[in-house]
Amino acid sequence: MAHYMLLVYQEEVDPAEQAEREREMPMFVELHRSLREAGLLVGVQRLHSTESATSVRVRGGETEITDGPFAVTKEVLAGYYILDCADLDEALKQAARVPAACWGTVEVRPIMPADEWLRVSREAGADLPDEAVKDMA
Amino acid sequence: MSGGVHPADPVSDAVAGAFRDERATVLATLIRQAGDFQLAEDAVQDAFEAAVTAWRRDGIPANPGAWITTAARRRAIDRLRRDRSVADRAERLAELTRLDQDEEELSMDDESSIVDDRLRLIFTCCHPALEMPAQVALTLRTLGGLTTGEIARAFLVAEPTMGKRIVRAKRKIADAHIPYRVPADEELPDRLRGVLRVVYLVFNEGYAATKGDRLVRGELCDEAIRLGELLTRLMPDDAEVWGLLSLMLLHDARRAARVDPEGRYAALDAQDRSLWDRDRIADGLTTLERAVSLRRPGEYQLQAAITALQIQAPDAENTDWAEIAELYGALARLNPSPVVELNRAVAVGLADGPAAGLTLLEPLLGDPALERYQPLHAAHAELLSRAGYASAAAGAYERAIALTANAVELAELERRLGALHAD
Repeated sequence: MAHYMLLVYQEEVDPAEQAEREREMPMFVELHRSLREAGLLVGVQRLHSTESATSVRVRGGETEITDGPFAVTKEVLAGYYILDCADLDEALKQAARVPAACWGTVEVRPIMPADEWLRVSREAGADLPDEAVKDMA
Repeated sequence: MSGGVHPADPVSDAVAGAFRDERATVLATLIRQAGDFQLAEDAVQDAFEAAVTAWRRDGIPANPGAWITTAARRRAIDRLRRDRSVADRAERLAELTRLDQDEEELSMDDESSIVDDRLRLIFTCCHPALEMPAQVALTLRTLGGLTTGEIARAFLVAEPTMGKRIVRAKRKIADAHIPYRVPADEELPDRLRGVLRVVYLVFNEGYAATKGDRLVRGELCDEAIRLGELLTRLMPDDAEVWGLLSLMLLHDARRAARVDPEGRYAALDAQDRSLWDRDRIADGLTTLERAVSLRRPGEYQLQAAITALQIQAPDAENTDWAEIAELYGALARLNPSPVVELNRAVAVGLADGPAAGLTLLEPLLGDPALERYQPLHAAHAELLSRAGYASAAAGAYERAIALTANAVELAELERRLGALHAD
């Protein structure tokens, strides 16, 4: 057995188009359920948009914090951490401790809690029952 | 409050007064209690709108600030009941409802917790995870009470663009959980530097006065000084907080003299000193003394001290350039930069003669990164001219002229170049 990470990329779209996507959420829930039943699912989480992203670099011993996602350069995704922090300050502090922050970038993105994911999708008109929340994380 | 204000209407005056004096404080506390920027801001806005009708009907309350606080809290409760998108909604509602039933206890709210809330607000608005323009806009909006339209006009940005910037910043604060608190001791110096930078940026944006609506820009200077004063009340033990306020006051005192009657920029030397605001200068100097008495030197204090020396001297000839050169040296040790080095070279040139200044300029002239830095070539030309090297000076002036986009500066450099040939 081996673990694989499935990275989901998409264009960030305007609210109307995003609402259309939210209405597709029952298909995600169905997928998650089937993956779980097949014993394949280790974890799934939705990220908040890149508008809430912060990038952390350490250069010359100084921590540089910038608003926004990691800009497209030659750098590629090399790994990930999921931390349980009190707030963004703590997350940024820990991000600066990642050795790769000295030569690369650590992008800090908040994870959308399952209940918020459910609420956002429902508000856009997705037909999801309460118990769907357990298949959204 | 803008729009619809009747000049001689006591209710409008009272609402406008409460808006000016109480809004930031009420908002700062409500953001903590409601746990949401947008919700708190909307509720405070609602409360001020409600005040116009209620005060006209029932009379102006004895304590307008307390009235607004209660009204805003109740509006926040109403909004929370309707808006399910706020995180920890149930806890927030319970907390606000408890506060509402405990009016007595609330009015006992001591001064220090109010101070803390405003500091929390400042540090959150100036959080490094927000982009600089958003920090500036959010600070002006929440602490300064400027409208989005006013901020947009001051920064020459379309209003919808500025609106989006502010909305996005508030959403990031909520989604990314940017904490609403005063940073811990070990982070405080760094974070405070960020706050001071935002305030000084607001001031400079107003002071530059090269473009945009001059009236709005004057308001930016006033707003930055108000923020600076607020910081001195909130953090009276920090020397740089006083240093920044002093620096802004000393610059601002000369605002009217910076542009001559033809609308051209006037350098310090050419300013009509009778236009200087003497009271403001006195304020600036007292503030600087207060800063220095804390015995923690810093960038803003040094810049203020340099400005103070220049202002207090009767003219350029009788300025203590040796002391100014010394202060630039201290500034260079704290925060080395080519701009500071250049100013130091000019001061040394005026104190010890042009040859000494030219020696200090040498390494800067050899730096390829400064090849296109106009002020360097203008200063080089000036020192060469004073040293009697007319043809070398002419070359440096031409170089500076080629790099100048500003019409006023261009005219001044051409005048100096012409004077060189006339000699």
